[in-house]
Amino acid sequence: MEHGVLFNIFIYLAAGVIAVPIAKRLGLGSVLGYLIAGVIVGPYALSLISNQEDVMHVAEFGVVMMLFLVGLELRPALLWQLKMPILGTGGLQLSATTLCIFLLLLACGLAWQTALAIGLIVALSSTAIVLQNLQERELMKTEAGKNAFAVLLFQDIAVIPILSILPLLVIQDTAIVESSTSSWLSALMIAGVIAGIIIGGHFLVVPLLRIIAGSRSREIFIATALALVVGIALAMEAVGLSAALGTFLAGVVLADSEYRHELESDIEPFKSLLLGIFFISVGASIDFTLLLDQPILVALLVTGLIAVKFIVLFITGIVFKIQRSQNWLFSCALAQGGEFAFVLTSFALQRQVLDNKIASLLVLVVTLSMVFTPLLLIVYDKIIAPTFKRKRPQVEDKATPEHQIPDDTDSSVIIAGFGGFGQVVGRLLHGYHINTTILENDVGQIELLQQFKYKVFYGDAEQLNLLHAAGADNAKLFIIAVESASRTKRILIKVKKHFPHLTVLVRATDRNHAQQLIRLGADHVFRESLDSGISLGVETLKALGMRANQAHRAGQVFRRHDEAVLHEEAKRMHDQEPEFVNRSLTERRILKKLLGLDALTYYDNLNDAWSTEAHSNEEKNTVGNLAAAHKHNKSASEQS
Amino acid sequence: MHKILVLFAHPALQKSIAHKSLFNEIQNIEGITCHDLYDTYPDSFIDIKHEQTLLLNHDIIIFQFPLYWYSCPAILKEWQDLVLEHGFAYGEHGDKLVGKKMMLAISTGGSANSYSTDGYNEHDISQFLLPFSQMSKLCNLEYLTPFVVHDIHKRHDPARIARKTKEYRQLLLTLQQQNEDAVAARQENS
Repeated sequence: MEHGVLFNIFIYLAAGVIAVPIAKRLGLGSVLGYLIAGVIVGPYALSLISNQEDVMHVAEFGVVMMLFLVGLELRPALLWQLKMPILGTGGLQLSATTLCIFLLLLACGLAWQTALAIGLIVALSSTAIVLQNLQERELMKTEAGKNAFAVLLFQDIAVIPILSILPLLVIQDTAIVESSTSSWLSALMIAGVIAGIIIGGHFLVVPLLRIIAGSRSREIFIATALALVVGIALAMEAVGLSAALGTFLAGVVLADSEYRHELESDIEPFKSLLLGIFFISVGASIDFTLLLDQPILVALLVTGLIAVKFIVLFITGIVFKIQRSQNWLFSCALAQGGEFAFVLTSFALQRQVLDNKIASLLVLVVTLSMVFTPLLLIVYDKIIAPTFKRKRPQVEDKATPEHQIPDDTDSSVIIAGFGGFGQVVGRLLHGYHINTTILENDVGQIELLQQFKYKVFYGDAEQLNLLHAAGADNAKLFIIAVESASRTKRILIKVKKHFPHLTVLVRATDRNHAQQLIRLGADHVFRESLDSGISLGVETLKALGMRANQAHRAGQVFRRHDEAVLHEEAKRMHDQEPEFVNRSLTERRILKKLLGLDALTYYDNLNDAWSTEAHSNEEKNTVGNLAAAHKHNKSASEQS
Repeated sequence: MHKILVLFAHPALQKSIAHKSLFNEIQNIEGITCHDLYDTYPDSFIDIKHEQTLLLNHDIIIFQFPLYWYSCPAILKEWQDLVLEHGFAYGEHGDKLVGKKMMLAISTGGSANSYSTDGYNEHDISQFLLPFSQMSKLCNLEYLTPFVVHDIHKRHDPARIARKTKEYRQLLLTLQQQNEDAVAARQENS
């Protein structure tokens, strides 16, 4: 069916808009939502879209953007730290998976060339699906997340040699061996493009961004960012490299620049939209006639693919000593074929490495394996992770010496999250010999803490089992100091629901967050920027000549006033008030209101204290008057 | 019945011998408001409006504190400086405290004998407390005889502290029952 471009765009967007919130509400995650939406609008159901393959090619660009964004998060130093996981874990996964698939297919009676080609193609996992799923669950910073990312990165690099190996696997000797003279030339070109990205990124792009940012025209900055990504992708493809790899590299180069966040927020919406469309087109491309023709064969192949990949990943995880529960997550996340399989399959088809029948079956199996990844992760969340978290603390109880003291098992204070913020709290309590139990999911952090005899539980504070294991039933205070605003809310809800006896002290990212936390029943809320902001303000007042004690008091007045307004607002606000999609708009609205209030009641009636006469009303309560009074006092004392 | 407000100022309650016992004893009695200043204002930031409202709602004000360097702990001085404003407690239209009563409940390190012309402190205790009695006068408060527990440094005999504690509680209960004029005045004011 042929439709206009606008109609197609509308269908894609509408499908996503309808399917994703429903899928998220059902706990399936956005990726599955998009995929299902794709199936529904696809040729085998409603048949509302056309040319989904072309669309998929365009939308694959979302993956390229995603890697650019990932690169922006990874400073070069951090990337260097990841070299072991990338080369080791990634290398082992890729070679072992290829080998297993190769041997299995050989045993099924396929020619060795075909078997090897398929092995190489399906060994690659789906960057789009894995990263989207992990980011949505905020698991990118965990051990499993980091390793999964390392493997994906290695696979991206591996696409280059695979592309050059595939043509050699032609069964009939019809293909002309490409002139080997060009190979060193292309190697030179590759080196040139990569060097160009690194050097150009540093010496051209950053100054360019500076000039553009100086022009203060937001759309031009966005256009520059997009042009940058697209340009790099084109350059990489011209020399036969993965575009995703090139933009990733560019991202890493720019991660140290001051425009990192700006670039991130500008590219992010494009990436998300394109990825969504990509997932929809994957869903739409599932070949149901083929599936219905040979349902058993397809089912076997999909299960076989996922099983082989899973087992290889799990063994890889053991070899590289990934923690057990993290290894499950790592293996579940990566056990699928990826979008590179589509590219490589069509490439192999052109070069007559694979025939039409195998190729379409291969694409179907890979697509289905991608569909099953979100499901596999749900299985992990609901079944594997809980059993694990129940077992794990008990194991730790025996392993670590501090757990052997029986009366030490229950601290009255539990701290969830031990980043910079939690550490300050923990160190203060520790200094006064108060036992604390810490819940943290960064492994590096935990080793350090155990050296200082902190009682640490590894894991996610949202898990009820972990909370029980950490002694929440007998504790008095629960401190939530995790960085993510949304995780904070989820932990708070869980703690309030299951451990109502606990007094909960919560770190809030900002005003809006603080109000949400108050409404969710937090006993004490602490905005991370409030105290330091006030301290800075007090220093400023001092620098302007206000006496230190007066400035200090001004800070205290402000703080109390602000806290009071915050609580009042939180009380007044209806729970039904829509969550504004545009956060900055909400914040601007709040700020506007606050500035109005501040001007009215900024100073308390301190002018009446320490004085012998009552002040008239006009005279008091403004910053200007206070400063004037200060000056007056000063000159008076100088005269006397 | 008179309402009593106890303004309690002790910066190191964990080390206290007499005041911990005295202050605990008068908790949860109807008509007695115990107001621990150091606990309420750890940063000495006193909420003036709140404190003035408290004063208006009570008939007898008690300052309870250990005598440090012949005076009260710092927060109580800060409290006086900020809360007893001109126009509120004294001066022109400063009549909000008229008719109320004022009493000190203090402890001293030195013995009763030391607080005399012959003792090493050379003056009677009432002379050291002159700023408080004069403050009461200026604010039109009726100054009652202070309740003093002497000799904390040497005699921390639990039995004596227990006796003094009972005495303190009884004193407050008696004060609550005294004549009703002030109560009527308060009710008129508020």
